[in-house]
Amino acid sequence: MIRVVLPQHLRTLAGVDGEVELEVPEPTQRSVLDALEAQYPVLRGTIRDHGTAKRRDFIRFFACGQDITLEPADEPLPEAVSSGAEVFRVVAAMAGG
Amino acid sequence: MSGVRLLVGTRKGAFILTSDGTRDDWDVQGPLFAGWELYHLNGSPADPDRLYASQSTGWHGQVIQRSEDGGKTWETVGNEFTYDGVPGTHQWYDGTQHPWEFARVWHLEPSLDDPDTVFAGVEDAALFKSTDGGQTWEELSGLRKHPSGENWQPGAGGLCLHSILIHPDDPQRMFIAISAAGCFRTDDGGETWSPINKGLRSPELPDEEREVGHCVHRIAMNPSKPDTLFMQKHWHVMRSDDGGDSWQKVSGNLPSDFGFPIEVHPHDPETVYVVPIESDSEHVPPEGKLRVYRSKSGGNEWEALTNGLPQEHCYVNVLRDAMSVDSLDPGGVYFGTTGGQVYASSDSGDSWTAIVHDLPAVLSVEAQTLP
Repeated sequence: MIRVVLPQHLRTLAGVDGEVELEVPEPTQRSVLDALEAQYPVLRGTIRDHGTAKRRDFIRFFACGQDITLEPADEPLPEAVSSGAEVFRVVAAMAGG
Repeated sequence: MSGVRLLVGTRKGAFILTSDGTRDDWDVQGPLFAGWELYHLNGSPADPDRLYASQSTGWHGQVIQRSEDGGKTWETVGNEFTYDGVPGTHQWYDGTQHPWEFARVWHLEPSLDDPDTVFAGVEDAALFKSTDGGQTWEELSGLRKHPSGENWQPGAGGLCLHSILIHPDDPQRMFIAISAAGCFRTDDGGETWSPINKGLRSPELPDEEREVGHCVHRIAMNPSKPDTLFMQKHWHVMRSDDGGDSWQKVSGNLPSDFGFPIEVHPHDPETVYVVPIESDSEHVPPEGKLRVYRSKSGGNEWEALTNGLPQEHCYVNVLRDAMSVDSLDPGGVYFGTTGGQVYASSDSGDSWTAIVHDLPAVLSVEAQTLP
């Protein structure tokens, strides 16, 4: 079970409080986001672009205290995330006003 | 008793202001979608409780919301705006070519007779259409693929399609406007488009009377006289009496003919409203006085409307989609400011009252007349 933490605007959009839990057999950035969008279709286009799946500029991904945004999308996530001990965090960059 | 519902989009959410036909007391609902930019909300003329809203942020991009109950509850619908084919390039600010990239929906215009059909004007400029209540969107790409497209250049706010007018007697005929390309008309429901900018002059362009490239800020029409169009251009207030085939300048005695919104009175197609702004480099009301100007002669002769509006130390702006009219009698006129005020007049502009004073910066105001 993967635990995902969403930024506030996306929690509101998806209608969830706190963490999201997903079943992902082989968790990678791509497969976790695929599962997230499958469970919450309203999030499609808000983290990655439709079609190209390119990450939106002001979104980053953290796990185990590390910024893993630029890691390959199909790289396995850390064991602690795969086991559910640690969360996969979708972060909206500090920007705006 | 009939009433009015104002759909107000702001930098930090949406607000719905509702009143009965007297328009004396207003109920304020919101913020909806707090923290998001609401460039525009609009209601279906065929079903006033069917609303659409364009919600976006720089973080998460575009979301479209739909309501079936006049804004009490909302449902997220489709947000996939994919350009038809390989989008190609348009001109960038520095004159180089730049890829067409979707940024946001500026304006939503529901069909006159079908609540499920709605048009979206977007940045980078293109027109999309949905026939399933906003679930899916298809580009009417004949517009963007016009041969002039590669020469379209963004205005300061982006390359945005911000005005969509549907001819009430012939829905195959539509008028749109793009900053900074100009106006275009279709007579076949959006398949093909022609530039309609003859008579516009833009001294900031190398060829000031060119066919395409003018920074049109807004166009407006009274449905009872649909081939008469009014335009607030970057500079100059213009009118056309032949469906956009030719334009004449009607700035007349305005203190400045720079501005953003323009509206036509709901019952008199020769009564027009603008909000003059000092200049393109200042974007504030002249002399710190917020004045709506009204012409009852279709332009050229303008009178300042000041009763109830701040006449000193006022430096707000009124953006292009932030003025609207209802269709009650006497006609109501409404506008919102970048300072967060929404002003209402229930006597065609003779006097004004601030419904709210302290909203986030207002991006759009749309008035619905309720049965």
